[in-house]
Amino acid sequence: MEKKSVTVGGIVANPSKGNKTGAWRSVEPFISDKCIGCGVCTQVCPEGCIVLQEKGGKKKAVVDYDYCKGCMICATQCPVKAIEKKETKK
Amino acid sequence: MGEEFYQGHTSCAGCPAAIAIRHILQAAGKDVVISNATSCSEIFSSAYPNTAWPVPYIHVAFECAAAVAGGIEAALKKLGKEKTKVIALAGDGGTYDIGLQALSGMVDRGHDVLYICYDNECYANTGIQRSSATMFGAWTTTSPSGSKSVGNQTFKKPIAEMMIAQGAAYVATSSIAYPMDIQAKVKKALSIKGPKFLLIHAPCPLAWRFESSQTVDIAKLAVETGLWCMFEYENGKRTITIKPSMRPVEDYIKTQGRFKHLKAPEIAKIQEHVNGFWKKLKSE
Amino acid sequence: MTKKIMEGSHALAEAVRLANPAVIGAFPITPQTHITERLAEMVANGELDSEYLNVESEHSAMATCIGAQATGVRTFTATCSQGLALMWELLYIASGMRLPIVMAVANRALSAPLNIWNDWSDAFGARDSGWLQLYCETAQEAFDTMLQAYRIAEDKRVLLPVMVCIDGFWLSHVYEPVDVLEKQDFVKPYKPPEVQLPGGKVKMVLDPKQPISFGEYATPEYYQEFKEAQHSAMVGAKQVIKDVHDEFAKKYGRKYGNGLVDTYNMKTAKHAIITMGSVAGTIRHFIETEKIKDVGLVRIKSFRPFPFEELDAVLKNVESIGVLEKDVSPGLGGALFSEMKSVFKKPMASFIGGLGGRDITLDHLKNVFDSIRTKSEKTEWIW
Repeated sequence: MEKKSVTVGGIVANPSKGNKTGAWRSVEPFISDKCIGCGVCTQVCPEGCIVLQEKGGKKKAVVDYDYCKGCMICATQCPVKAIEKKETKK
Repeated sequence: MGEEFYQGHTSCAGCPAAIAIRHILQAAGKDVVISNATSCSEIFSSAYPNTAWPVPYIHVAFECAAAVAGGIEAALKKLGKEKTKVIALAGDGGTYDIGLQALSGMVDRGHDVLYICYDNECYANTGIQRSSATMFGAWTTTSPSGSKSVGNQTFKKPIAEMMIAQGAAYVATSSIAYPMDIQAKVKKALSIKGPKFLLIHAPCPLAWRFESSQTVDIAKLAVETGLWCMFEYENGKRTITIKPSMRPVEDYIKTQGRFKHLKAPEIAKIQEHVNGFWKKLKSE
Repeated sequence: MTKKIMEGSHALAEAVRLANPAVIGAFPITPQTHITERLAEMVANGELDSEYLNVESEHSAMATCIGAQATGVRTFTATCSQGLALMWELLYIASGMRLPIVMAVANRALSAPLNIWNDWSDAFGARDSGWLQLYCETAQEAFDTMLQAYRIAEDKRVLLPVMVCIDGFWLSHVYEPVDVLEKQDFVKPYKPPEVQLPGGKVKMVLDPKQPISFGEYATPEYYQEFKEAQHSAMVGAKQVIKDVHDEFAKKYGRKYGNGLVDTYNMKTAKHAIITMGSVAGTIRHFIETEKIKDVGLVRIKSFRPFPFEELDAVLKNVESIGVLEKDVSPGLGGALFSEMKSVFKKPMASFIGGLGGRDITLDHLKNVFDSIRTKSEKTEWIW
């Protein structure tokens, strides 16, 4: 290994977003058309990687698969069972 | 939503602490300083050379999040920056046990700090060892069940009651089952001057042995069985946030691998304990 | 400047008042308590405008200082012995986080057995912690060093915490004449340092306007780089100590050797006695009254960073030395002796004494000097 340069006292400000934790998962949530845009899934996601987006005048949940770890909490809390579990393709 | 806590942090899938932190930061806004104890939250959020925190953050050691927060608050006061809020964040280890002295001292001195403990009922960061927040009968690596043991021998230390006894300006309990309740209580706490204590129930898939998707459902069950009391205590008065339906504790216990060794006598003991708690509350 | 007769601890407190720390973590322990109490009086009387935090333990005293210093203000705390031992983990943390905290240590023996009197075992237990350690001989030097300590710690070439060490009771409780400055501009109001991050320069401050994270965890891939940087900064601090000392000497007319090492009677000396702290005063008195020509005193003021080159220079023409120290590292011997071994290759004797406040008398010194003259290489305990 080489000697690296480090910051004084280990102080940092660089966001962790370079670490794409989506690579961890083996299953993932698929948001079906049943989604009513209630936003419950956006609240319970530990990664904060589901957001509501306007799609054709309706609000719909959209997953950022770069970070989704596949915990599937969103699916358990969706009031209309709009989230299905899918196998993550390698 | 989504940018209050940077993605790319390395919490386990389904981590309740991550849910809690997102909502704490959403409610607290940007004018805040975080004092974090050594914990899962610290490890998964602050690996050099990156950080998951978009707000000023400091981690010092395991047992002194409250003391560090007190120092920050005093400095902000001297700098004329009292508007900036100070939040101490620790797990149950860094609060109930090794962090208890510093927490008590911070409350005693009356620092204007919101102390938030996310309670996963063990020392999760070091691999699931028993803490004084561990439930009676729960398996942990240092309170395993066996032919000579039913698991952890003690009931949870009543930390919130201790904070009430010490006279904290605001004491509340919440749960990751009700994220908007977390936000409401954080907002409320930050509007009050003085030392505040917020305890958030955080079921941990790894430590309690359940599938990652069950985190929120299990947290809800804890409330419905009465095992996790949601309340606020302010100005000498306790307000119950959610009146539980008092489902039998067995409904909760059977969902988690940490209890799978428990037999009827132990489950009865747990039921008796929670019934006693609510009876006492009624007479308050 | 007014010369006043005062306790060493009070002289130190006067200097702290002039440095004007914004936050003080206050917890008592004999024999530093007089420092802490005098500061409380000053705050209560409006002579010092600090947030005086009556913390519940020394660990929290250091924790509150760390939190406050990271928020961008000057801090102070005082401790020794069990208190220093209790905050041991935080010493390493404060230094690793490169926070320029200044702390007074009224050196006291460590339990067990319990002992409230002087020796160096407390600070020596922290000699690897990354704190600078400056030892004082007189109350005046304690006052002067406390002011210099803030300048040294906060220098951007250093950014390391500093311990100002005074012998418990022997210096903390003894009354001496001290030139106390009514006001000073040697230590200016605190300005947090700037650090270079990949994205640009930031102030080393917890400030919502520029959110940064302190106290990260570093894997094997990075940790060693931080320790090397810390060591480098500590070695570089030697020059800063000398510069600050010389600037102070020029301004106020008081010097202590070159700031790292102080000597007495070394011009014609064929032998030297090496020591630190207040016992140097006893040695000076002994040399003066006995009119000794062949043995000189070398007083180490800066124990960390260890002044290798300076010691090498002052001991060049000396035939043998003795190291007189108030500590023992069980299984090793005198710790200062073992550190001196890397500097001095000629006959060197080890004298261990003064532990737990045991008196070192003029009669003791007579035997010590005689021993050094014989070019002894033995370890002797001073009873």
